[in-house]
Amino acid sequence: MSDTSTHTGVPIELENVTKQYTSAGLAAVDDLTMSIPAGKIVVLLGPSGCGKTTTMRLINRLIEPTSGRIMIGDTDARAQEPNELRRGIGYVIQQAGLFPHMTVATNIAQVPQMRRCDKQRISTRVDELLELVGLDVAQFRGRYPRQLSGGQQQRVGVARALAADPSVLLMDEPFGALDPITRERLQDELLRLQEELGKTIVFVTHDIDEALRIGDKIAILNKGSKIAQYASPAEILANPASEYVEQFIGSGSAMRLLNFSKVADVELGQVAQVGPDDDVARIRETIDGADTPYALVVDGDRRPTGWVTSDGIEGRTGTADELATPIETTIPARATLQEAMEGLLSAENDVVPVTRGHGEYLGVVSLGTIQQELADLKERQKERRQHERVGAADGGDSA
Amino acid sequence: MNLSEYIQSRQELLIFEFLQHASMIFQCLVVATILGVAIGIATYRNPTLASFATGTAGVIFTIPALALLGLLIVPLGLGVAPTVTALVLYGLLPIVRNTILGLQGVDRVLVDAASGIGMSRARILLRVELPMAWPVILAGIRVSTQLTMGIGAIAAYASGPGLGDQIFSGLSRIGGAGALQAVLSGIIGVVVLALIFDAVFVLIGRFTTSRGIRV
Repeated sequence: MSDTSTHTGVPIELENVTKQYTSAGLAAVDDLTMSIPAGKIVVLLGPSGCGKTTTMRLINRLIEPTSGRIMIGDTDARAQEPNELRRGIGYVIQQAGLFPHMTVATNIAQVPQMRRCDKQRISTRVDELLELVGLDVAQFRGRYPRQLSGGQQQRVGVARALAADPSVLLMDEPFGALDPITRERLQDELLRLQEELGKTIVFVTHDIDEALRIGDKIAILNKGSKIAQYASPAEILANPASEYVEQFIGSGSAMRLLNFSKVADVELGQVAQVGPDDDVARIRETIDGADTPYALVVDGDRRPTGWVTSDGIEGRTGTADELATPIETTIPARATLQEAMEGLLSAENDVVPVTRGHGEYLGVVSLGTIQQELADLKERQKERRQHERVGAADGGDSA
Repeated sequence: MNLSEYIQSRQELLIFEFLQHASMIFQCLVVATILGVAIGIATYRNPTLASFATGTAGVIFTIPALALLGLLIVPLGLGVAPTVTALVLYGLLPIVRNTILGLQGVDRVLVDAASGIGMSRARILLRVELPMAWPVILAGIRVSTQLTMGIGAIAAYASGPGLGDQIFSGLSRIGGAGALQAVLSGIIGVVVLALIFDAVFVLIGRFTTSRGIRV
């Protein structure tokens, strides 16, 4: 066990996996092949009974597949002793599944205890994890689950799953029982955590909004865990693969696109950059070489700190840092297009830098970027309708 | 001779029998608890076995105490052996039944969470199921105590140890000098002992039940 999180995600490969409960009946999971990329959140989305939970439970062998192979990283899941395998995979379930007779600290310490870590390290690790999930150590360590709210319980559930620093996290409708406000907050925090930890997360839900918000990729499943579509949220919204998928998304896909597409998914603009210590001549040179009359000041940690404009440096001396107008607003890459729009409307400038992680510069976004994205969506929808109309007409002829 | 005079005159014998009764009940309870919990653990996951276990314990329960003691004298002779056997058999039912109920009552979600984080079957039983079921099991042991306390007095019929001796010898010469006092002191002794045991169980319950599940 490490003191900090060092195990980033590994890919998971499901190869022709089938789970049949009775030899005659329908398979709960029917010949599923799917690859889950490392360090991404993949959402299994589908109605109840479609086999999404079964699929997830196959990964940590709470359910044994009838046939097929599951690779986690480089190892075959079946080559490992099941309990040992599960200790290496974080597991979060609805209503957290905390042990009511154990304190918060003991709950979190379960997996490290099974791994026979020494007490001092476990204790330090518990404190770290509580901090990580945003719970005050002194206040919550000794509490019992029943003394916590639903949201707090689920935070502890996540901390318990992360205790042994697993590469893979399985989450089975973890926020299903929470009120909408708490749910949304925890979803956001999961995204924040994920940005920091980079685990491979398999997330099961039947809530399309949650899937769109959380997922890097979404697998929409039909009966027998058949994949109806497996793509990014933006792709699913823009190009639903079938009527089944369209039904699932429902109407209002343009609004959903704004709501759920992440800034990170759109093509970001790039602007000229200068260092904080660059002098006027250097800035002038950079701006003249670019197609915009301004440049972004980026500090040693790649963080955007201010704008310098062609007019602003006219006839002045000093470094970029001194001449720049400081940046008030940046947009995190995990923000949705809608949040980005709100940010853009309140910002002083028309162009706002996009950052990831601890404020590292990624690109810039403007209202034009978003408009372009919507125009593309409209175009694609138009094309698809036309396509369908042609398809329907063909069908009519042959009948 | 009134009751207090009787008690005073036989102080040493009464104290001896009181302690003997207590020790008999305690030892039988320990055996019944170990057996009962073991039977519960062995059967709770299989509904057929579980109802067979509670059913059998229930049948034993319906045999009149006197008859069971009498029957046990045949293979085991008089004295401690038939007494202990009878008490353990009677004590089993509440413990077996509550162990099964308690373990079956543990939320399946918790067991799923436990195996999901990689706990072995044995660890789930020891760390999750038994602690969660413990208040129910303890309640069973308490009922057992009260039951065996009374039945223990009848053990004197098979020349068993304890306060039953006072009651039986008193009853056999009722109307004679000090007979009623003997019966009464035996009964009072049993009642006091039962109250002490119960108080101890309340304390045990407080100290062994996690604060997280205490009601």
